[in-house]
Amino acid sequence: MIQFDHVTKKFGANTSALSDLTATIENGDFVFLIGPSGSGKSTFLRLILRDIIPSFGEVTIDDWALSKLPDSHIHLLRRKVGMVFQDFKLLPDRTIFENIALGLEILGKSKSEIEKRVMDVLELVHLSNKRNSFPQQLSAGELQRAAIARAIVGGPQILLADEPTGNLDPDTAWDIMQILDEIHSLGTTVIVATHNVGMVNHMKKRTITLKQGMLIQDEAKGKYHTTERAKHTKEKHD
Amino acid sequence: MKASATAWTHIRRSPYQAWAAILSMFLTFLVGGIFGLTSLSSFYILKYFESKPQVTVFFSEKAGETEAEKLNTALVETEKVSSTKFVSKDEALSIYKEQNKNDPLLLEMVTADILPASLEVSAKDPRYLKDLEPIMKNAEGVEEVVFQKDVVDTLLKWTDAIRMTGGIFGILLAINALLTVMTITAMKVALKKDEVEILKLIGASQWYIRFPFMLEGSIYGVIGSTTAFILIMGLLLWGRMALLSFVGMIPAIGVVIENPFSSAFILFSLAFYCILTVIGAFLGGIGSYVALIKYIKFK
Repeated sequence: MIQFDHVTKKFGANTSALSDLTATIENGDFVFLIGPSGSGKSTFLRLILRDIIPSFGEVTIDDWALSKLPDSHIHLLRRKVGMVFQDFKLLPDRTIFENIALGLEILGKSKSEIEKRVMDVLELVHLSNKRNSFPQQLSAGELQRAAIARAIVGGPQILLADEPTGNLDPDTAWDIMQILDEIHSLGTTVIVATHNVGMVNHMKKRTITLKQGMLIQDEAKGKYHTTERAKHTKEKHD
Repeated sequence: MKASATAWTHIRRSPYQAWAAILSMFLTFLVGGIFGLTSLSSFYILKYFESKPQVTVFFSEKAGETEAEKLNTALVETEKVSSTKFVSKDEALSIYKEQNKNDPLLLEMVTADILPASLEVSAKDPRYLKDLEPIMKNAEGVEEVVFQKDVVDTLLKWTDAIRMTGGIFGILLAINALLTVMTITAMKVALKKDEVEILKLIGASQWYIRFPFMLEGSIYGVIGSTTAFILIMGLLLWGRMALLSFVGMIPAIGVVIENPFSSAFILFSLAFYCILTVIGAFLGGIGSYVALIKYIKFK
């Protein structure tokens, strides 16, 4: 379970990325984080990854209070939390297989185990035929699938995705969402920060809406369309 | 990818930086190794001279056993002498032959006549030597009195100077090697910034990220020290005969350098190589580690 307890994150004296945010995400949830640019979506994810720590309040994952987590234990947390980045963050001098295998090499897995597990996730993300390609030889959609494969190869409990469809055409974006949904169905908690409202509405998952660092809506089944979006549209017309 | 393979890839991809680090390590171990061996040799040379009689009284060409016997009696009467030993011209020749057995030319030119007889004297206490000195110097037939203390003192001064110079040079070069490895590691970390960041984000441990860089530093140290070792051993073998004529009479040194195929020489070489490489690996690893602490933060 991920618990945000009155979390405030400030960058500098005056810039508040998150303000007094309280939320709970249960194990096995699929959650969309939505909101305009600068609303705090990425900060929310970075706090879970313990890339940053709160200025006030506490983020807890299971029994771990992240701000109190020793530096030497951060890697253990990150083995529980996979992250997919908008810019993929794949190593250009390694093949797709090697990039994905990295997630298992750090765990000290054997060569045969790595081979089997990487092939399994490549199949899951439909990239089996690209195992020997280098990142520069792949399309944006393929790169994002490779990034997802690397994030899940170690079997994390939580998968974070920061704008995973940001650079993709609608069809490819839909493919990516299907893959994330499939991963979720295997029991992984999935949290996706996105601008893609159409996708959010279609997926009908829990949706947390952030605005200027504050949680303004937490709806169970993708009601963003009927409430927030309508309000935005109304504000725009007015 | 295994840490060793990663380290090797790092080295292969930036050969000039690798050469700079290896050269720096090589110079450090060349100078350090030579001064180390010199210090070790001087220690044994000192020991050798310290174990010798405290005073040697050399007699003139015409003097011999009779004069030595008179002096011996005079010295024993003082009750300040612990032992004396007369070395005749013939015995002196035997000793000379033994010391120069590897140089037949030197042996050909020497006969017992030109070597002086001598009396080796050890006092009960070195402080008595002052009292014994006039007796020995004024005795009949005495040509020269050599105090071992003078030799030892001179040697001590030299060895101290060698140790001091070697120590200072060694430390300066080690600092230079350390800084070179640190700088190169910092450059490598900067080049691999994205990779390090990704590794951190996907949950690689501090050790997993740092180890290839440390291994790389250690490899520089091992290669540098190994090349220095090869050169030093080459120089030692090349100058072996000359060294034997100077310090071959000292058992600890002579037995090692007399025969390069002897077990003593092989054991000495192995020990010397192990010491150099262990220090090299440590120096390179520690240089990298210090740089990693500064340039890769885990928080």
